[in-house]
Amino acid sequence: MSAVFVEPHTPENLPARRLLDQDWRRLLNYGVLLALVLVFVALTNMPVKLDRRMLIEPIFSMGYLSVFWLPAVFGLLVCREPVLAGMPSYAKGRREVLAGAMVGLIGGAGLSVLTVLLDNFDLRDPLVNWSPQLLDLLSFGRGSTFGFAIWLPIGLALGTLGGLTHVLSTTARRVLGWAFVTVVAFAVFETVIIDLSEGFASLGAERVVDEIYFIRGGLTMHGAAILAVCGGLFAAFGRDQAQRAKAQFQALEGTSRTRANAMGLLACGVALVVLPLFLGGITNELLANVGLFVLLALGLNIVVGLAGILDLGYVAFFAIGGYTAGILTTTNRGESWPDWMPDFYWGTALIFVVILAALAGLFIGAPVIRMRGDYLAIVTLGFGEIIRLLFLSDWLGGYTGAAQGVTNIPGVQVFGLATVKGTDPRAVFYLVLFFCAIAIYVSWRLERSRLGRAWMAIREDESVAEAMGINTVNAKLMAFVVGAVLASFSGAILAAKVGSVFPNSFIILVSIVILVVVIVGGMGNIVGVIVGSVVLIGILGGPRQPGLLQEFSEYKLLIYGVLLVWMMLKRPEGLVPNVRRTRELHQEEYLQDAWLRGEIDTDADSHADGGTDAEPGVLPT
Amino acid sequence: MRQRLLTINKLSVTFGGLHALKDLDFHVDEGEIVSVIGPNGAGKTTFFNMISGMVTPTSGDIIFKGESLLGLDPNQVTAAGIARTFQNVRLFANMTILENVMVAQHCRTRQGIWGALLQTRSFKQEEREIREHAELVLSFFGTRLVGYRLDQPAAVLSYANRRRLEIARAMATRPTVILLDEPVAGMNPKESAALTQLIGELRSDWGFTIVMIEHDMSVVRDVSDRVVVLDHGETIAQGSYEEVSTNPDVIEAYLGRPAKESA
Ligand SMILES: Nc1ncnc2c1ncn2[C@@H]1O[C@H](COP(=O)(O)OP(=O)(O)OP(=O)(O)O)[C@@H](O)[C@H]1O
Ligand SMILES: [Mg+2]
Repeated sequence: MSAVFVEPHTPENLPARRLLDQDWRRLLNYGVLLALVLVFVALTNMPVKLDRRMLIEPIFSMGYLSVFWLPAVFGLLVCREPVLAGMPSYAKGRREVLAGAMVGLIGGAGLSVLTVLLDNFDLRDPLVNWSPQLLDLLSFGRGSTFGFAIWLPIGLALGTLGGLTHVLSTTARRVLGWAFVTVVAFAVFETVIIDLSEGFASLGAERVVDEIYFIRGGLTMHGAAILAVCGGLFAAFGRDQAQRAKAQFQALEGTSRTRANAMGLLACGVALVVLPLFLGGITNELLANVGLFVLLALGLNIVVGLAGILDLGYVAFFAIGGYTAGILTTTNRGESWPDWMPDFYWGTALIFVVILAALAGLFIGAPVIRMRGDYLAIVTLGFGEIIRLLFLSDWLGGYTGAAQGVTNIPGVQVFGLATVKGTDPRAVFYLVLFFCAIAIYVSWRLERSRLGRAWMAIREDESVAEAMGINTVNAKLMAFVVGAVLASFSGAILAAKVGSVFPNSFIILVSIVILVVVIVGGMGNIVGVIVGSVVLIGILGGPRQPGLLQEFSEYKLLIYGVLLVWMMLKRPEGLVPNVRRTRELHQEEYLQDAWLRGEIDTDADSHADGGTDAEPGVLPT
Repeated sequence: MRQRLLTINKLSVTFGGLHALKDLDFHVDEGEIVSVIGPNGAGKTTFFNMISGMVTPTSGDIIFKGESLLGLDPNQVTAAGIARTFQNVRLFANMTILENVMVAQHCRTRQGIWGALLQTRSFKQEEREIREHAELVLSFFGTRLVGYRLDQPAAVLSYANRRRLEIARAMATRPTVILLDEPVAGMNPKESAALTQLIGELRSDWGFTIVMIEHDMSVVRDVSDRVVVLDHGETIAQGSYEEVSTNPDVIEAYLGRPAKESA
């Protein structure tokens, strides 16, 4: 959607405005907002909690990062104006730097005041995180006077930094940005990188890693410097080549494009199969968790993304899969189990899992599918909870173990050769990968079929779809059932992986998290959904699964919430958007773009007779 | 005597006290082109909605090919062979032009989940046929909707072409009867003349029976075999264009009652 909003630094054909020609009101708004956000972040205790995780030893912890990035970003944003293509815009200069500095200063003042208040009042009662540790952190351990004084220059400096980004040349900005991102990324992904380096020990990777990282976590000073230089160098030289390669790829057409796509896919597949061999337990465990959510998210994507049914009770099918697999394979005997109750192999149990999930999809789907919009969402929400409560209830408790759940689930026997269970995360990952591949194939094929087109039409306009001969009830039920089966796979794998299932593994939050994954990743797009799972579940963690940033687990939901709101405002189509949804959400901009490219057709008179409005150079085929 | 396709007996509908249609009788024979005219708010669109199952009548009956359509869902009516277009064009704006027409063949095709997953031969065959039929239908409108346009979203089309695509979509459901709701609304005289001719071809070349709502009298005059005039939900006149256009009741309905001569 580039025709309307393009990045700053398009040809600047107006001189910079004068230093004091500021929009004071906007400046004040941003400053106060920044102050409030900073105080809020401080009072969530995030800085204190995250202070334990060092990014650069010994000077910079994630706790400080959680505070420091805000003034810089606000300082940048305060002078960001939409630049209209083809319209004159002002050059950036000292005015922008000043604005950033002012905003940073006001924000810093917020923390200054907080430091003093922390020292003189005890508000621990309503604000649980009003603690001496926070004071200590905010005053850098030197008393509140120092804290009061220091936050003003810090805010000023960071805000100025934000403002300066407007002035820098594109290259300089890119180099600095990449340097920064590289350092932070290496710090954040420390566990994975160390894990990887152990796998590639023979190549001497370990020695490099020892150099970069401090023994007890965090980058070393010189490690950070090296990384910054590498990142900067890549931005300066490597990025152009990367972009040229990308442009080349996009220029490909027809069969060579298909071939390039297939090669890329193959490369990804091979990497996914080979890489885990070199990864340690932690990373494989992480990947397995991500995979479980990819599976869930792909299923929900069919329901929400393709058919447009907002299902908030999706966790029900996850639970059904988990419990069915658990009950059928466990070596325990439930109280009210009949004697003939089998101890199936996991593979055999899976057949029943699929059947039961499909039936559950039909039974839950049949009544709710006739509703629309909000009503449907609320009713599915209810069903999701009902299923969990059923498993918890006295009525089914004899079979499901009620709150004790089902335990002693043996794992997955692979042709009598090996048993896949939680103690071997690599094997679990391969199992998950296999089912993810199935789910991807299913999503991909169905989207390009008669049924997929029907789903699309229903999502666009249900009553017209119905009038065009689509049995909407059937089509939507199909989406529900396919989604249910994919979720039940995930549940069955979870049961084998963990070795037990409990009702509180299937709380409503799971539904919400999966939905957020789908929305943030990009509804209706397979790659988007996978990216969403990797970013959210892999980095932040799932409802009960730790992610890479374990320190964040307490703030997971806060961050999910902020991310969701931000996405809805700025990029409602998701990280990797589906073409159609983008059109839907940005129809006006899309049409403007199409108009600029001359693709909009008009009712010129020449059309009226023969209809030869072929685009010049494009022959109708 | 041509075969009677659609018969409507004493059809009524009320929207909360408003009699949108009152005891309407109507019929269409195979191969006919019937125009339904009447002032704004006469109930013409409601009449179409009723036939296509989107509105349930309060009383009366709709018989199509000897069977009642009452109680059928809109998709079943379409499957039975009645397709329609909408007065306020309702395309699937973000689907491509080709997809719009392909999706309309849903009720004439069978493949389900397994065909798509296993890529069976019959699935591929059917997909090919759907696509071919879609292109055939689209090429009915010249080169406007084919070629590079096939893969563009319907939203980029001009108003007139959207109307054409609506007709193409209705044709793609392989109907017996097509209900056209103001097909030339918003077109210039030249375009509407061209479309009028195409409507004639819909009958002569494609064998569709057509019921058309239209305000443009030149179109009505040029193609219809029979004209039905609705006013306030009632049929006030029926017959050839010439008969109807000279009928005093019709003129009154359109122009208003002449002022009573003062005593
Ligand atoms: N769903 C509905 N609910 C309530 N009233 C309705 C509904 N649909 C139509 N009406 C009313 O029924 C009457 C007939 O409407 P209809 O749309 O059938 O008129 P029309 O003959 O198609 O008019 P036009 O020439 O403007 O298209 C109008 O008074 C309209 O307001
Ligand atoms: Mg109407």
